[in-house]
Amino acid sequence: MTTLLNVDRVSKSFGGLRALTECSLSVEMGSITGLIGPNGSGKTTLFNVITGYEKPDSGTVTFEGTEITRASPSRVFALGVGRTFQITRIFARITVLENMLVATQRDEGWLRGLTRSKSSKSELVAAMEWLDFVGIGGLASLPAGSLSFGQRKLLELAYVLVADPDVILLDEPAGGVNLTLINEIADKIRALNKDGKSFLIVEHNMEFVMNLCDRVTVMHQGADLVSGTPSEIRSNPMVLDAYLGGNDDDDDDEELS
Amino acid sequence: MLKVRNVWWIAAFGALVLFPLIETNPTYTGIGVIALIFMGCATSWNMFSGYSGYVNLGSAVFYGVGAYTMTLLADHLNVPGNGDLFWLVPVGGLAAMIVAVPVGLVALRVRRHTFVVITIAIFFVFQLSAINFGFTGGTAGLQLPLIPWLETNYNKPFYYAALAIVVFATLLSVAVRRSRFGLQLLAIRDDEDRAAGLGVKVFAVKLTGFTLSAFAVGMGGALFAIFIGQIYPQFVFDPLFDISIALMAIFGGLGTLTGPLLGALVLESMQQYLAIRFSNGSLYLIIFGALFLVIVLFMPQGVVVYLSEWRSLLASRRVEGARVVPEEKS
Amino acid sequence: MNGTAVLHSIIDGVLTGSVYALMATGLTLIFGVMNIINVAQGIFVILGAYLSYALSVHLGIDLFVGLAITIPTLFVVGVVVERLFLTRIKGPERVVMSILVTYAVSLVIEGVLNMVFSTNYVELHAWYVDRSVKVFGIYLPYIYLLGFAMAVVLLTALYVMLYRTRFGSSVRASLADQTSAALVGINVKRVSTVCFGLGVAVTAAGGMIYGATNAFNASSSYDLISRLLVIIVLGGMGSIGGALVAGIMMVTIEDLVSVVWGPVWSNLAFFLILVVVLSLRPQGLFGKQTVRVA
Repeated sequence: MTTLLNVDRVSKSFGGLRALTECSLSVEMGSITGLIGPNGSGKTTLFNVITGYEKPDSGTVTFEGTEITRASPSRVFALGVGRTFQITRIFARITVLENMLVATQRDEGWLRGLTRSKSSKSELVAAMEWLDFVGIGGLASLPAGSLSFGQRKLLELAYVLVADPDVILLDEPAGGVNLTLINEIADKIRALNKDGKSFLIVEHNMEFVMNLCDRVTVMHQGADLVSGTPSEIRSNPMVLDAYLGGNDDDDDDEELS
Repeated sequence: MLKVRNVWWIAAFGALVLFPLIETNPTYTGIGVIALIFMGCATSWNMFSGYSGYVNLGSAVFYGVGAYTMTLLADHLNVPGNGDLFWLVPVGGLAAMIVAVPVGLVALRVRRHTFVVITIAIFFVFQLSAINFGFTGGTAGLQLPLIPWLETNYNKPFYYAALAIVVFATLLSVAVRRSRFGLQLLAIRDDEDRAAGLGVKVFAVKLTGFTLSAFAVGMGGALFAIFIGQIYPQFVFDPLFDISIALMAIFGGLGTLTGPLLGALVLESMQQYLAIRFSNGSLYLIIFGALFLVIVLFMPQGVVVYLSEWRSLLASRRVEGARVVPEEKS
Repeated sequence: MNGTAVLHSIIDGVLTGSVYALMATGLTLIFGVMNIINVAQGIFVILGAYLSYALSVHLGIDLFVGLAITIPTLFVVGVVVERLFLTRIKGPERVVMSILVTYAVSLVIEGVLNMVFSTNYVELHAWYVDRSVKVFGIYLPYIYLLGFAMAVVLLTALYVMLYRTRFGSSVRASLADQTSAALVGINVKRVSTVCFGLGVAVTAAGGMIYGATNAFNASSSYDLISRLLVIIVLGGMGSIGGALVAGIMMVTIEDLVSVVWGPVWSNLAFFLILVVVLSLRPQGLFGKQTVRVA
């Protein structure tokens, strides 16, 4: 297997707080990689670094051999890295369909946007297909702000997918949604994976991660502790230690405001 | 078949075209000219600030640049005092766009709250420059060539030129709203960082919108300059202009198409009328301020949105329309 | 231009700058705690100045003694405005709405002041306004020194209140994060009201000094508010320390430019500095970069 996304010894601190310390991670092409770790271990910060929302102090991030360490979020997205957020972020005051259309082109010059209409026929079709895929096609003409929490999660997933990224970073896809929806989301991820999409998933729901992922990386205090298959991780004593002891920080993941 | 909505648009446009033919009192057609100029400016302002959420409280910069460009060019090119002056109006708009680029490069680097304040600061840079530099004539201002038209017909060409600006600004707003670019502006309003993460080149999009919105405002300023015949720094770089434009758009409905048009028409006509009616400026300020408070507090989404909600409520309740729940954002 | 003139302008700048810093602190406190840009701060300053004027002209009350009346009065005005109007602002465009609402309030007050006091410029007078003292060969009006002393006293009082009292820790918690503050049981609504009152109350003192050092009418508020806004943006919005430093710095530079290049350029320099600084440091001198990422 070839490596699609590679994070090499990335460090990042906020003032005195070290959020990431020489953290490394890789996502193989066609895999579903899980990223777990106690709260405050730096998972969301790592996501932010990969997707260009934070600039690391040192270390490199490469995607398909291209270095993206300090690239802007729009550039990272243009190359084919999509992501969702822990706290779902949608465009509340435009319609669900328009939310999808924002993302249909991974990379389009700003001048082109000025001269073309909101959507082409094919984009409209693709947008509706993905909305139907996640099961909210019937809501297309509603303002996105009127969606329920679960529907917003699905919309966020759909508009990341519509741009056809190669790897998708999901930040707690199962967080705060009911069991039926969790299973539904897991099924969607599997189906997409069969079609060749790779995933990197941060999740606290262990069952979800262990059932879904090919490989799992455990983070602890800003660094990668151990990587392996779900069964290797389950039987690794270091993982249990990480979760039980030395976890001095009961905050939720680094939320930067 | 014509849609009902289009019939309204055509009727409104027809009424505006006919107004100076029916009403010949120069006082009222004069109010019409000013109201139309503000309608054009508010619509253009809304095309950027209403769509993107970046409230520009320095739009008088564009207005003033348009007015000064007109005046200085008319002087340097020795344009005689007749209809030829009107050809310089689009040049005023272009000058405003050229100025908008460096202004935008500075102001759009900051986030919304700071943007509001920095546009005010940049506005004062321009106002003070116009006062201090020699070529602007300082506080004494500058004169334009006098147009020797009869009083009864003087307003008409200005009225239709202003109407043309309104039509232009409205069509531009519609075109932008229907384009991918307009969608990106709306996405920036709702969540700028998320939009960036979905491939939107946020800075370029914001700068383009900001620059485009300068054109009609600059034309408005240029037309105003010939209409009045002389300009002063405090007149065309006026802080009240900054806030009035924003106010009109918000009064009508921020980000809507009809909102700024209606808001400017109602507020500016009222303002002009009140100013003539009550020579006491203080009373006018109190009435204006109080009215404004009532509107902002009780119809925060603007009159247009308020009226359409009210109408749909009255019409029937057959459609279970989803209401947008305004989200608290920090 | 000579050395003494430069020194003189620096001293003047620091002395009057401290008064601006005081007024800007009120503004930045309001923004930090409530996310409200109080555009009415300029007219509140003028209101304070007119109150002092009325007290001294009609009742013969000394300007500084009068503060005992004007400061509480403006506190009450602030609380009333906050309760009546600002608590009603909701929705996604809160900051923009706050600008419009406070602007409308400012228009109404401006209209009332014009009716009561007319638009003629007035100035506050007292023996210490018209006389100067010679310090190291430089003539300084007493009012500059007294204004500086007053600003220091009030800022110290504000500091003590913020850092040494229980209420102060509630305010600082609300400054840092309103939601978390509410979660730990702080009554953010009450804190907001009091902060708005305090932020407005300082304008009474600032207005008195302003009125004693400048001729003013109600429209002087435009010039004031634009300066105060520049100061808080430059200092970093919501940063009290930033407002202090930026206030003193800006007024000093303005005075200096006025002496070196002439008064024509000083106003322009004031705003140009902001433009230049923000191009290099968009978050202001002491502001935190606020990008919402999580």
